Amino acid sequence: MRHTISVLVENKFGVLARISGLFSGRGFNIHTLNVAPTHDPKVSRVTAVVRGDDSVLDQITKQLKKLINVIEVHDFKKGQAVSRELILVKIEVSAENRSELIQICELFRAKIISVQHEDLVAELTGDEGKITAFLKLIEKFGIIELGRTGNLAMHR
Amino acid sequence: MSATTDVKKPSQATQEMNGADILVESLIREGVTDIFAYPGGASMEMHQSLAKAKDRIRTILPRHEQGGSFAAEGYARATGKVGVCMATSGPGATNLMTAIADAFMDSTPLVCITGQVYTKFIGKAAFQETDFFGMTLPVVKHSYLVMDIKDLAYTIREAFKVATTGRPGPVVVDIPKDVQQNMIVPDWPGEITLLDSKLPTFATDQQLKNILHLIEEAKRPMVYYGGGIVAAEAYDELKAFIEKTGVPCSSTLMGVGAFPETHQLSTKWFGMHGSAYGNLAVHNCDLLLAFGVRFDDRITGEVSKFAPQAEIVHIDIDASEHNKNKIVHHPITGDIGHAMGRMVELMEQADFKKPDLGPWVEQIQNWKKDYPFSYEESPHILGQEAIRVLYELTKGEAIISTGVGQHQMWAAQYYDFKYPRHHISSLGLGSMGYGYPAAIGAKVACPDKHVIDIDGDGSFVMNVQELATAKIEKIAAKAMILNNQHLGMVMQWEDRFYDSVRGNTILGDEKNIGSPENLDGLYPNYVEIANGFGLPARRVHKKEELRDAIQEMLDSEEAFLLDVITPYTEHVLPMIPAGKSVDQMIVK
Repeated sequence: MRHTISVLVENKFGVLARISGLFSGRGFNIHTLNVAPTHDPKVSRVTAVVRGDDSVLDQITKQLKKLINVIEVHDFKKGQAVSRELILVKIEVSAENRSELIQICELFRAKIISVQHEDLVAELTGDEGKITAFLKLIEKFGIIELGRTGNLAMHR
Repeated sequence: MSATTDVKKPSQATQEMNGADILVESLIREGVTDIFAYPGGASMEMHQSLAKAKDRIRTILPRHEQGGSFAAEGYARATGKVGVCMATSGPGATNLMTAIADAFMDSTPLVCITGQVYTKFIGKAAFQETDFFGMTLPVVKHSYLVMDIKDLAYTIREAFKVATTGRPGPVVVDIPKDVQQNMIVPDWPGEITLLDSKLPTFATDQQLKNILHLIEEAKRPMVYYGGGIVAAEAYDELKAFIEKTGVPCSSTLMGVGAFPETHQLSTKWFGMHGSAYGNLAVHNCDLLLAFGVRFDDRITGEVSKFAPQAEIVHIDIDASEHNKNKIVHHPITGDIGHAMGRMVELMEQADFKKPDLGPWVEQIQNWKKDYPFSYEESPHILGQEAIRVLYELTKGEAIISTGVGQHQMWAAQYYDFKYPRHHISSLGLGSMGYGYPAAIGAKVACPDKHVIDIDGDGSFVMNVQELATAKIEKIAAKAMILNNQHLGMVMQWEDRFYDSVRGNTILGDEKNIGSPENLDGLYPNYVEIANGFGLPARRVHKKEELRDAIQEMLDSEEAFLLDVITPYTEHVLPMIPAGKSVDQMIVK
């Protein structure tokens, strides 16, 4: 099952390695991972999206709580949290299809943040469904590069 | 020089100290009286400080860092205090690795201090550099790389706090050489506290009353207790709980001695090579009270068939142990000493109806009579017999350490442990070579007790160099080697599951295998080895000389090696093969 795990940690070196080690040591791949300081610079939030067996993830969540630098851990069930992801995507364009692409971007409220002769870079924020739909629509133009922040989640 | 600078002569409290001195002073402030430390380029600064402080802290030089770190574990296991060891960077540090993993598995409080290369060389593949912080991440409770001398005193304080709070474990503190050399006026930390989520929690009265109710209703209850009882030092609470409820008990190897094995309600320990009666009792119980245990695979066998009829209560301080290996009906997170102590109080307050366990206890007594630990008499000395004689001659009062293998199982089977912290063995990780250094550590901690390493010839030789430590440091740890010239436990599996094909399990010359009937083939000569280290030793192969030889070992004022020649044909029984259950227990 898919889990979004949010971990509040003390902002010290090695914390991320300890957290990711609990997943890798059990043969789990982290699907997305996001780390950044909170409003308190001594505290960071780590958000990981993982797919896997519920009992193993339950075990990992408990192990996360034991780490000395971990303040709190939430394993969000569906509907408990709001979540968003931000992507940057560089898309091939030509004079002929530029306007169609811009239209799609507007529909999705994606921001175009760089325009060149043969490509443009769009920025989009949304939940996973919206991002997947957007990427599907622009696929035909040709995606040159894609960067995603991974999910960020917060209790409702 | 002006007059004013003279006036500002620093007082004791504002004296600058270098990092190495701050470290040693910090250790002393934590109550450390003994440290096992092997010097090298990146740690010699700290040894200079230890040399200055030798009246206040004893530094023991092992002959290999692994020996030093196992000794620190033995010290911790014998006392409950933090074991402290130190090594230099690179290979010195990597040699601590096994003991760190070992302490992690057995929840032993350990602080490992390692020298690191100068901060400016970190990441440059400098001489004797390894990323020890990174390398140890999966096997530490916590670790530190101290990059700034300002953090040093606080870090040491916190390291000891972490090692001992809640479920104990190993902590690594890596200190670069310039941090050891820099000068600062130390700021000694006062009491510190960890994040709330790291502090122990306590079971609620409601949870505990529920357990008491389950006991009242039970017909065939068992207590299954383990290392958590020892870590919590909750022996009195366990005894009171068992005697007040009348529930029989069986332990894990980690729990051996936490409740006297000579008690009528004890079934010693159970699991793969544990007592048949303990295994039968747990297999047939209807209520299993699992206290401070982790449902290890060597305990459960096939986990789905473990205690199949039982409602299971699991109390542990570490919530991550709940439902990890076995799904239980009542997981309760909390300090085990508190939980048992409180249950005893609640029994007194409320009207606890002690269940009638007469038929159940009688059944267990019958199993004890039907399936005792036993071996067939042999014209030669058997390991089991040597341990039994050692038990008699020490009246069960000695601290016993072991290596890993057949001798380890026999030691736990045939020595009856009356007290906690008297059985010191590498149980989770199963590290060969653990026995003798651990005995050294235990003897340093408990100089007035007999400390005997019951070892195998394979395990012993893995840290044979520690005989020098025992000699030079005057540590009278004894070694009784059950010498069968084979890696006995692997050989036993070969015999049972691999048609006796020997896959590198013979320790001497394959064409001239030593035995009680072929003394010429014995290899190596342990008596000469011990003598070479300046220590007394004796070889014994005749049954009639066994008692006298063991007595000579016990009487020795200094370390002593007793080489007991045994046949290799013995198997450790009973045995529940890996992944099987009690129905498939091999008793004979």
